[in-house]
Amino acid sequence: MELTGAQILLKCLEEEGVDAMFGFPGGAVIDIYDEIPNFSIEHILVRHEQGAIHAADGYARATGKTGVCLVTSGPGATNTVTGIATAYMDSIPVVIFTGQVPSPLIGNDAFQEVDIVGITRPCTKHNYLVQDVRDLARTVKQAFYLARTGRPGPVLVDVPKDLMSQKCEFEYPESISLRSYNPNVKPHIGQIRKLAQLIKKAERPLIYSGGGVISSKSHEELRWLARELRIPVTSTLMGLGAYPGDDEELWLGMLGMHGTYCANMAVNNCDLLLAVGARFDDRVTGKISEFAPHATIVHIDVDPTSIQKNVSVHVPLVADCKSALAALQKEMKSIKGEVNWQRKHEQWLEQIIEWNRLHPLTYIDDEVKIKPQYVVEKIYEITKGDAIVCTEVGQNQMWAAQFYKVKEPNTFLTSGGLGTMGYGFPAAMGAQRAFPDKLVVNIAGDGSIQMNIQEMMTVVCNKLPVKIVILNNGYLGMVRQWQELFYKKNYCATCMDAQPDFVKLAEAYGAAGYRITEKKDVEKVLREAFEVDKPCIVDVRVAQEENVYPMVPAGASLTEMLLV
Amino acid sequence: MKHTLSVMVENEPGVLSRVAGLFSGRGFNIESLNVAPTLEKGVSLMTIVARGDDAIIEQIVKQLRKLVPVITVKDFTQVQAVEREMVLVKVNAEDSKRAEILRITDIFRCKVVDVSIDELTIECTGDHGKIKAIVNLLSRFGIKEIARTGNVAMKRAMQID
Ligand SMILES: Cc1ncc(C[n+]2csc(CCOP(=O)(O)OP(=O)(O)O)c2C)c(N)n1
Repeated sequence: MELTGAQILLKCLEEEGVDAMFGFPGGAVIDIYDEIPNFSIEHILVRHEQGAIHAADGYARATGKTGVCLVTSGPGATNTVTGIATAYMDSIPVVIFTGQVPSPLIGNDAFQEVDIVGITRPCTKHNYLVQDVRDLARTVKQAFYLARTGRPGPVLVDVPKDLMSQKCEFEYPESISLRSYNPNVKPHIGQIRKLAQLIKKAERPLIYSGGGVISSKSHEELRWLARELRIPVTSTLMGLGAYPGDDEELWLGMLGMHGTYCANMAVNNCDLLLAVGARFDDRVTGKISEFAPHATIVHIDVDPTSIQKNVSVHVPLVADCKSALAALQKEMKSIKGEVNWQRKHEQWLEQIIEWNRLHPLTYIDDEVKIKPQYVVEKIYEITKGDAIVCTEVGQNQMWAAQFYKVKEPNTFLTSGGLGTMGYGFPAAMGAQRAFPDKLVVNIAGDGSIQMNIQEMMTVVCNKLPVKIVILNNGYLGMVRQWQELFYKKNYCATCMDAQPDFVKLAEAYGAAGYRITEKKDVEKVLREAFEVDKPCIVDVRVAQEENVYPMVPAGASLTEMLLV
Repeated sequence: MKHTLSVMVENEPGVLSRVAGLFSGRGFNIESLNVAPTLEKGVSLMTIVARGDDAIIEQIVKQLRKLVPVITVKDFTQVQAVEREMVLVKVNAEDSKRAEILRITDIFRCKVVDVSIDELTIECTGDHGKIKAIVNLLSRFGIKEIARTGNVAMKRAMQID
C-alpha cells in the first residue's frame, strides 16, 4: 500500500512500539501532526521544545526504552540542542524528529531553515537528513537501532516538509545491517580469566560502577558479584541504583567530588579497582595522577573510546557490561570453592566500617532552620525509597544523590555528564508518563526550576501528578558555594532572592502549591503533597548558606576532602 | 609525532565533516586530508595526516572507528606503507634560469605540464621528503603558486627485512 511520508513516519513508530512522544508543532511538521490522530501514538504537547527532549530522555531513563520527540524546523530544532547534548553525555537512547524546510529550499536560507544535522553532529550518536521518501522507513529503523544498541545515545532524523506528503510503498525493514557498525561486543574470555585471577588474588578489591551498568541492565550480575564475593561497591552519580543504596555493609555511597569519605578513601587504598560501565569523569577522579594509586585497574566498557581515555588501565575489557559480568560470574563460580569469600576481605571491610565511623555522610542539623539534607531524608522516609526521583542541577542534585538512598536502577534521573539545569522537571514529566501510578518527585533548586517552569502547564493538562520539591535557598547555591570557598565570598550574580511566589505560580497553572517555612511542618506537608492527586510545587525555605560536603576541590586528590 | 591515517568511509553526505569535526572538536590540526572514491561502490578512502602524541592519536583512531559511516581505520605509522603526494609548482623561469630548472625537474623525474615565456608549471610526485626537497630547490627561482594534494597512502604488500 502506498502511504505518505507522514503516515510512514508514524507507522514506523508504531512498529517500534512507541506509545508516547513529546513534541511541539510548526509549519514544517504540520503534515505529521495532521496524521497523528489516525495512529495509536499519544502525543504530549509540551510548552517548550527543551521540555520535549528532556521528557523523552526521562521516559527513556525510567523505562530503559527509547524516548521519542518531535519538533519543527529552525527554532524548534535548535531549542532541543541542550537536551540532545544532555542525552548524549549520559548515553540515553532517544530519537529526535525535526522538520526541515522543503527540499528545494534547503541551503537557501529559507524561512525557519537551520542546518540541524550540522549543529547536532557533535552531540548525537548519529544523525540523518532524509532526502528521499523511499529512504524514510529504513532511516527510522536505523535511528532506533543505533539509539539503543552498543553505547546508547541520541539519534536525530531531519525530515524535509515536502517528503511528508509524497507517497511511496511502505515496507518496514526486518533487520538492519550496517557494515561499519557492529556493537554488542562479547567479552574476550582470556581477559575474563585474567580478571577472575586478579579478583582471587586481591585483598582490597573495590567495584566502581557507572551508568553503563544501568543502561545494559546488568545490575543483577553486579549485585551477585558484590554479595557473593563480598566486594564493596561505590558508584558514579549516573550509576546510583544499580547497587541498593540501603545496603549498609557493602554500599559505600558515591565517590568523587561530593562522594563519601569512605568511598574516596577506599579508592585511594584498594588494590583492585573494577570499573564497570563508568568513564573516569574528572568529577569522579579528582587529580588523575593520584587516582587509585595502589590499584590494578580493570575497565569494562562497551565503548572502546572510554578505555584509556583518562586513566591508564591495566586490564581493558571492551564488552557489553551484562555479557562481561555474566561471563565473569560463570568464571568465579568455577573457582569459587578455592577461596573462603566470607572471610577473605574481612580486614578490608573492617577498615571500611572504620572510615564510615570516622566520617559518616552527615550534616549539622538545626533546631529551627530547615536543612536541605533533612528534607531529602524526609522524602526518602516518606517514599520508603520507592519513588522515581529526578533532580535539577546544583546542590539539590548532590544532596539528593547523597541522602536519598536509591534502591533500584532507573529510579534516579539526573543530568550527570552535562549538568543541565532545567533537566529534572521535564524528565520527571516523561517518567510520570511512563509510570502513571508511581510517585515521581523532582528535587529542585530555586534557580533550576525556573529554567523549564513552563512545563507546569503540560503536567496539569496531561494529569501527570509530578511533585516538585524546591530546596529554596534563594541562591544559585552550588555556584555560591564555590564563591564562598574559593572566591572570597564574592556572591556575584548568584543571589536569587527576587523570586516568583512559587505557591501562587503553581496555583495559577492549576496545580497545588505548598510552602514550608518551619521545620516541624516538613514531614506533614510533604506527606500531604505526595498524597494529592495532582502535580504540585512544595517550596521549602531551607538554610540559605548550607554547603555540600564532603567536597574535593577541583583538581585536588580524592583524599583531600573538605568535611562537614 | 606525525601519523598517517587511512580511513575507509561510506560515501554519504556529511561524512567528511563528521571526520573533520572529530579533529576540530578536540582542537587538533589536520595537516592534510585527501578523499576519493575507491573501486567499491559507495566507499571512499580518506588519507589524513595529523600530529599528536600517541595517546591523542589512539583516542582519535578509536573515535573515528565509532563514527557510524566509518568502515575501517588504519594507522600507517607502525607499518611499512607507500606514501605519495603530488604537487604542482608554478615557478619563475626567465631564459637564463630555464635550463637549470629543467635539469632539476629531470633529476627529480618531474613533469613540465605548462610553459609560458617566463614561467614553468611542474608536476612532481613523491613522498614527503622528496616533495619538500623539490619545493625547497625551486623556491630560489621564485615560486608563484603551489598546489598540493596531501598524502595518499597504502600498506606495502610484503614486508622484506
Ligand atoms: C543551564 C545551566 N546553566 C548554568 C549552570 C551552572 N550551574 C551549575 S549549578 C548552578 C546553581 C544552581 O542553582 P539552583 O538551581 O538554585 O540549585 P542549588 O545549587 O541552589 O541547589 C549553576 C548556575 C548549569 N549547570 N546549567
